[in-house]
Amino acid sequence: MGKMRRLIWPSVALALVIAYPLLFSTPFQQRLGALILLYAIAASAWNIVGGYAGQVSVGHVVFFGCGAYASMAAYSHFALPPLVGIPAGIVVSVGIAAVIGVPTLRLSGHYFSMATIAVAELVRLIVTNTEFLGAAVGLSGPTVPRTVLDLSFTSALPYYYLFLLVLLITLGITWWMANSRMGFYLRAIRDSERAARSLGAPASRTKLYAFMLSAGLTSVAGALYAMMFGFVDPESGLGILISVKILIMAALGGAGLLFGPLVGAAILVPLEEVSNNLLGGKGAGLTFVVYGAIIVLIARFQPGGILTLIKRLWARRRKTLEPAVAAGATHAP
Amino acid sequence: MSSILVQVIVGGLLLGAVYALFSSGLTLIWGMMNIVNFAHGDFVMLGMYVAFVVWTLLGVGPFVGAPVAALVLATLGIIVYFGLIRSVMKGPMLAQILGTFGLALLLRYSVFWGFGANFMTLPENLVGGTFDVFGIRIQASRLLAGVVALLVTSGLHLLLTRTSLGSKMLAVAEDSTAAQLMGIRPDTMQAIAWAIAAGATGIAGALIATFFYIAPTVGETLGIVAFVTVSLGGFGSVPGALVAGLLIGVIESVSAYWIGAVYKDIVVYSLFLCFLWFRPQGLMGKS
Repeated sequence: MGKMRRLIWPSVALALVIAYPLLFSTPFQQRLGALILLYAIAASAWNIVGGYAGQVSVGHVVFFGCGAYASMAAYSHFALPPLVGIPAGIVVSVGIAAVIGVPTLRLSGHYFSMATIAVAELVRLIVTNTEFLGAAVGLSGPTVPRTVLDLSFTSALPYYYLFLLVLLITLGITWWMANSRMGFYLRAIRDSERAARSLGAPASRTKLYAFMLSAGLTSVAGALYAMMFGFVDPESGLGILISVKILIMAALGGAGLLFGPLVGAAILVPLEEVSNNLLGGKGAGLTFVVYGAIIVLIARFQPGGILTLIKRLWARRRKTLEPAVAAGATHAP
Repeated sequence: MSSILVQVIVGGLLLGAVYALFSSGLTLIWGMMNIVNFAHGDFVMLGMYVAFVVWTLLGVGPFVGAPVAALVLATLGIIVYFGLIRSVMKGPMLAQILGTFGLALLLRYSVFWGFGANFMTLPENLVGGTFDVFGIRIQASRLLAGVVALLVTSGLHLLLTRTSLGSKMLAVAEDSTAAQLMGIRPDTMQAIAWAIAAGATGIAGALIATFFYIAPTVGETLGIVAFVTVSLGGFGSVPGALVAGLLIGVIESVSAYWIGAVYKDIVVYSLFLCFLWFRPQGLMGKS
């Protein structure tokens, strides 16, 4: 009975998410829904290393870019469906994660954050100067789909369900990881790395695995992004602002919580779309002023994010309600 | 050695001195309270804009611009310390990194919003012109920036090692509870450290603005340069930052000359990664 009741709310939520593009069926609304899911995938992937392992990557765009470039390169150089590039993107991302992670995850977290930002810039500079990857112009995907495998649609609806499927897989992997031995180690390391190490938890290795897993999943998000937009260039695939969006969504919703990134994406993606529509080009700067302010405020007042705040308020409400119910019971005949 | 190469190396040393100046602020904060300021490069960017505004309003160069920038940035440093750093220091790692990273965005895009994304420059002959020394051509603005940066960085080192204020700051860095028992207020000392670190970036920004492009995003590049310098020099060490800053200035200039200007950042960032792999404690750090 208890188990059944616990499943009611997630089932209702899932049904609503599945029904959303049918209920809100204008192209703008469907596109908005697809973008929320896409950023939720990337932010959930970031959450594995940033939230669960507590290692703040500020250069996650490099994995996003690997996926995006691999899928577009598969099309423009080998005339393959962009889908085929995904495994290549994952392999390269996991490799880069190892190159950053092996030396820095032994050191304090600051080194890790600095290394991720430097690698993201390094890769952006290299790609901008590499003809094979389209240099400053970038690479394009198929303009007219040859088969359905090209995943090139004019409507956002197919993307919506594709992204939903990938998001569910990502959340499933995260849930499985959090409840496995690895998740147990990660929680111990995050609370006190020294204590965890002294009890024999392989701290560096566990953090590295989390980082590599996170990198691989982020590159899938990048590939999906490139397929939906049909092109990638150094700005849209490797710009620092994508890292910013990914991490702010996870942190706002709740880093280290399964549904935190999804909540963050559901708040920030509409905010950005609306402000871009209202303010145009000039709004781009203002959007990031607001993003910066939000990040500072989260760090200062609520590092646990919105979901942690809601949980705490909920617990307090129940605490104040329970004595009242108990008092009411004594008055009953 | 050809005279062009000598000229390139001298130019690199002068630029490197400015790198050393703003990096010593980062290393001071990091060494003292174990916090990495991800907005450090954007502090330098603000220093550049202060110098630009001073020139636009008053028509004067870095002799006025640098002190004004130092004051403005030092004030900002104190505000940032009391408003943000003091509380995130007690929080998780996530809060520390997000706090200063968010600050970086806030500063960068506020300037972007206010001044626009266009690259700006100060007039080329604001500080003298160009002159020859033993057949080496040196811009007066670069010479001034390099020499002043060198003097200020050395002064900062003397302040930390030879004065009672410096000893108090080091005491707080070593053990803030013990320092408190000796009658030193850690809060005051840490606020002073932020004022000094941010003030140094203000001076560096005003100096570099005389020959560098001014843009809202310049802080990102300069911030990474500061990370590389501090990692190379060993955290908490001002002399380390000085040596590393000069070295990076030279490496950048020489690789720009030999391989091409677009590759100079690639060389420096790759060097940073090599250091993280093989010698994370830096050149002068203890193992």
